[in-house]
Amino acid sequence: MSDVASDVIAIIAKKKRVEKPTVEINDRLQDLGLESLDAVEMIFDIEEKFDIQIPYNANTNNPRTEFETVGDVVNAVEALVAQKKS
Amino acid sequence: MTELNRVVVTGLGAITPLGQTSSVYWENLKAGSSGLGPITLTPANDELTQKIAAEVKNFDPLKHFAERQLSTLDRVSQFAVVAAREAIANSGLVFDMPLSVRTAAIVGTGVGGQTTHDESFRRVYVEKRTRVFPLTIPKLMVNAPASQVSMACGLRGPAFAVASACASATHAIGIAFHMVRSGQVDCAVTGGSEACITFGTVRGWEAMRVMSPDVCRPFSKDRMGLILGEGAAMMVLEPLERARARGAEILAEIVGFGMSADAADLTAPDQGGMVRAIRDALADAKLTPDDVQYVNAHGTGTAANDETETKALHEAFGAHAPKLAISSTKSMVGHALGAAGALELVATILAARHGVAPPTIGYLAPDPACDLDYVPNTARAMPIEAALSNSFAFGGLNAVLAVKRFS
Repeated sequence: MSDVASDVIAIIAKKKRVEKPTVEINDRLQDLGLESLDAVEMIFDIEEKFDIQIPYNANTNNPRTEFETVGDVVNAVEALVAQKKS
Repeated sequence: MTELNRVVVTGLGAITPLGQTSSVYWENLKAGSSGLGPITLTPANDELTQKIAAEVKNFDPLKHFAERQLSTLDRVSQFAVVAAREAIANSGLVFDMPLSVRTAAIVGTGVGGQTTHDESFRRVYVEKRTRVFPLTIPKLMVNAPASQVSMACGLRGPAFAVASACASATHAIGIAFHMVRSGQVDCAVTGGSEACITFGTVRGWEAMRVMSPDVCRPFSKDRMGLILGEGAAMMVLEPLERARARGAEILAEIVGFGMSADAADLTAPDQGGMVRAIRDALADAKLTPDDVQYVNAHGTGTAANDETETKALHEAFGAHAPKLAISSTKSMVGHALGAAGALELVATILAARHGVAPPTIGYLAPDPACDLDYVPNTARAMPIEAALSNSFAFGGLNAVLAVKRFS
């Protein structure tokens, strides 16, 4: 697992609202019981961790439909991190 | 039980992104004008991600206050005093004894003197100064607008601030209404003020991810969120008997006030809480749903509020809901937070008085989740006998006022 993946998983694990010992790359976000403010808090944590800007408007973006699994979030963050380096 | 007073409005004052008196404000609301524009008020506008807000433009404090007074008055208190003076002047009342001690000053504000807060933090954290201005604390306190209105206008009865975020002004006016109705006071000067388009506050709103980058389109398809606003609106409330006895011009009657708390999510709107506040206001006013023609909606332009408020209006009004004219004047003046309920009650009162529902501007096309009549883009002449003004705040605090045209 990449460093980005383990960091993103750690951030999501802090916000999950279901009893589950570990968060896996294939877990579906909707099964983790995330609520309305959890998304903006997670995005903040990810932006701070990787020093990236994630364009996100709670009125038009819905992470629960745009990203199905934890892996989808990891891929999006990896792309932004790569973009920042280039 | 003593008989309750009927409570009427005999003076209005407003300072808004659409005009710095209540009459200019109303003309611009009717015209469907936009008060939105580039943010100019912070010391680092260019650094902000958010570029647009609804500012009170070209406000010159020296037109209203002596220079030496300004060291005691944050922008939020300046707005409150200017609006209160206008409302009192329009009412024709003079607050000498004994009326002075029988008059309340109740002013809603969400966050108080944010400009002062921001400036003093900038001095100590950024500029590393060791001193802030001597009157920093009494300028930024949340009760400053209420205290300054009381002092500037000589009001010596009950005076205090009400803070319930975006419902502050509606709660303030509602409490003032009940105090006049019960006879606890003989008169009230009440409303709300907010002036928090500051660097730190805008950054805070950016982090919530709920602001539109350009236009506020309440209830419309493709709406992208709220736009921050600022300003103040104040009004004079008194018993009908007193107003009649002195031959005052009566602008409207306040007939009901309802409130509720969601006790649920911190920021997500709650249909049940909204419905309870609306029903409470109707019951307090002894109105049935069919009696109401116009609703000034909370209508922030966020995806969640507008859909939930629509459902709440369906539930509270039933078959009558599609017959209501509903508008969000936030489309024109942005979201003035703790002042919003006062700006909107002034709009509601003048809508009933003049028989014109102001529009919801920026409306593009219907959203299937928002299927009522939002008076899109153009004001509508229509008889309005009774109307509601809704305010639903972060923290799950809801407040609704009911007014009737006075004839």
